[in-house]
Amino acid sequence: MGHIVIQNVCQAYRNRRHHTREGDDPAIGYGDCIQVLDNVDLEFADGEMVCILGPSGCGKSTLLRIMAGFEPATGGTVSIDGKQVKRPGSDHIFVFQHNGLLPWMTVWENVGLGLRHMQAPQARAEKISEHIEMVELEGFEHHYPHQLSGGMQRRAELARALAVNPDILIMDEPFSGLDFLTHMKMREEVVNMHEFIGKTTIVVTHDIDDALIMGDRIVVMSERPARVKMNRTLDFSRPRDFQKDPALNKLRSEIFLMLGVAYAV
Amino acid sequence: MNAITASESTAQRILRHAVIPCLAFVLLLVVWDLLARFSGWSRQVFPGPLQVFMSLGELMLNGTLLQHTVASLFRVTAGFYLAVILGLPLGILLGRLRMARALLNPIIQFLRPISPLAWIPLSMLWFGIGDKPAVFLIFLSSFFPLVVSTTITVSAINPVFFQVAANFNFTRWEVITKIVIPAMIPGTITALRISVTIAWLVVVAAEMIAVQSGLGYLILDSRNALRMDYVMNGMIVIGLIGLLLDAIMRRLGRIESAGWYRNG
Ligand SMILES: Nc1ncnc2c1ncn2[C@@H]1O[C@H](COP(=O)(O)OP(=O)(O)OP(=O)(O)O)[C@@H](O)[C@H]1O
Ligand SMILES: [Mg+2]
Repeated sequence: MGHIVIQNVCQAYRNRRHHTREGDDPAIGYGDCIQVLDNVDLEFADGEMVCILGPSGCGKSTLLRIMAGFEPATGGTVSIDGKQVKRPGSDHIFVFQHNGLLPWMTVWENVGLGLRHMQAPQARAEKISEHIEMVELEGFEHHYPHQLSGGMQRRAELARALAVNPDILIMDEPFSGLDFLTHMKMREEVVNMHEFIGKTTIVVTHDIDDALIMGDRIVVMSERPARVKMNRTLDFSRPRDFQKDPALNKLRSEIFLMLGVAYAV
Repeated sequence: MNAITASESTAQRILRHAVIPCLAFVLLLVVWDLLARFSGWSRQVFPGPLQVFMSLGELMLNGTLLQHTVASLFRVTAGFYLAVILGLPLGILLGRLRMARALLNPIIQFLRPISPLAWIPLSMLWFGIGDKPAVFLIFLSSFFPLVVSTTITVSAINPVFFQVAANFNFTRWEVITKIVIPAMIPGTITALRISVTIAWLVVVAAEMIAVQSGLGYLILDSRNALRMDYVMNGMIVIGLIGLLLDAIMRRLGRIESAGWYRNG
């Protein structure tokens, strides 16, 4: 299950200073601090595909890191199925923006990372190759990450994440740095994957079209400190095409405006 | 192999890797011979190459050279292994735990710039005469560089790898064996290469004081006997073995570089 509740999450980082000053927030300690997340309140249903948009540097990755349990928030809580997230774990897997594969392990070993404790080697091998097939990397089992293209690396990382059968997948800009066609294919794969296994999937993206095509829910964040500016469920049928669907196209212009771009087509 | 050497023909490669270095050695011999002839020093004080090679043959045949070389190599190996066995784990600990670093780093930084040679008097008092003080000095000479460079290597490991480890519920032990050790291999090989060179420098000095064998002792003893040709033999063997040690370490680096980080 992957029902997520994000309650009043705040995050601030301090630029270290070695003496206190009036007005310092005791919760953060001393030093000038920069407020990154400001009372973020969100709730995602189990199996939802959530796309998060927002200006660069607003705190999207920060929110994801808190959800993954990589860092504590200065305020508020994140809970999964009623249990507060305190540390990382294999029930909520983070898919990294860059180079999340371990470079000294082959594709096979990387995909098997989360299956280390499986007793039967036969079953383990089957599960690994099943997931390698799922992302169409057959024949590359014994390649190292640096021998793969950028898109293949992302697919291998996706296979590694899916192999542990997590309740939640957290993806930080999974398509950034890919060429246009690979981007399209990868997006299709993620959508298919989501339709097939139905895990709660949270995707941060810079691409509004990604969000419109993939999302069951779109969240738009404000400039830093990030607040939730828009939180809307999308019940457009798939496959979606905003050029043919006026309602979808209207939403698109709305989001463009919200992100500070006057978009008129 | 990079693009430039790949475009080189075989003949050019042989020229660059074999012919030119050999020419350099021939040139060295000629200069040496000329200097020995015309420097004005006697043959006793400044022997020429021919004389030195004759006595090299002599020392090789009667086994003296082998015996001293083995003695030196034994001490370097013992001291160096000791430094690796203790230094790498300590470096990993310091690289991983900020508290340990805060505790031990000042001490290490204070001890590190003290030349191993400054430890000679204490090591002789503590360990007496024989292999032990020499091994101790070699240990000191490699230990601190190894600890410091391992600490730096480990603390510079990409934090994403540790997040991946946490995400997949790695135990502390798995973090060490599956993340830290593989990630530190390239940096560690460089560190080993540098510190074995230092160890080899120090063994010769150590053998001049505490022991009755080894290449350092050969040099000192020959000086006392005014046999400068033997002194030079000792120097030549030291140089050759230094080359050999470096080549072994480089080979070690090359075996590893067949793996993952070759293009990384
Ligand atoms: N560990 C940290 N210490 C101090 N400041 C930080 C830290 N991590 C992030 N920040 C700051 O928090 C802000 C938000 O960073 P974050 O990476 O979450 O942005 P983002 O929305 O993911 O941006 P992008 O779209 O460019 O990836 C930035 O201004 C950054 O400088
Ligand atoms: Mg980011």
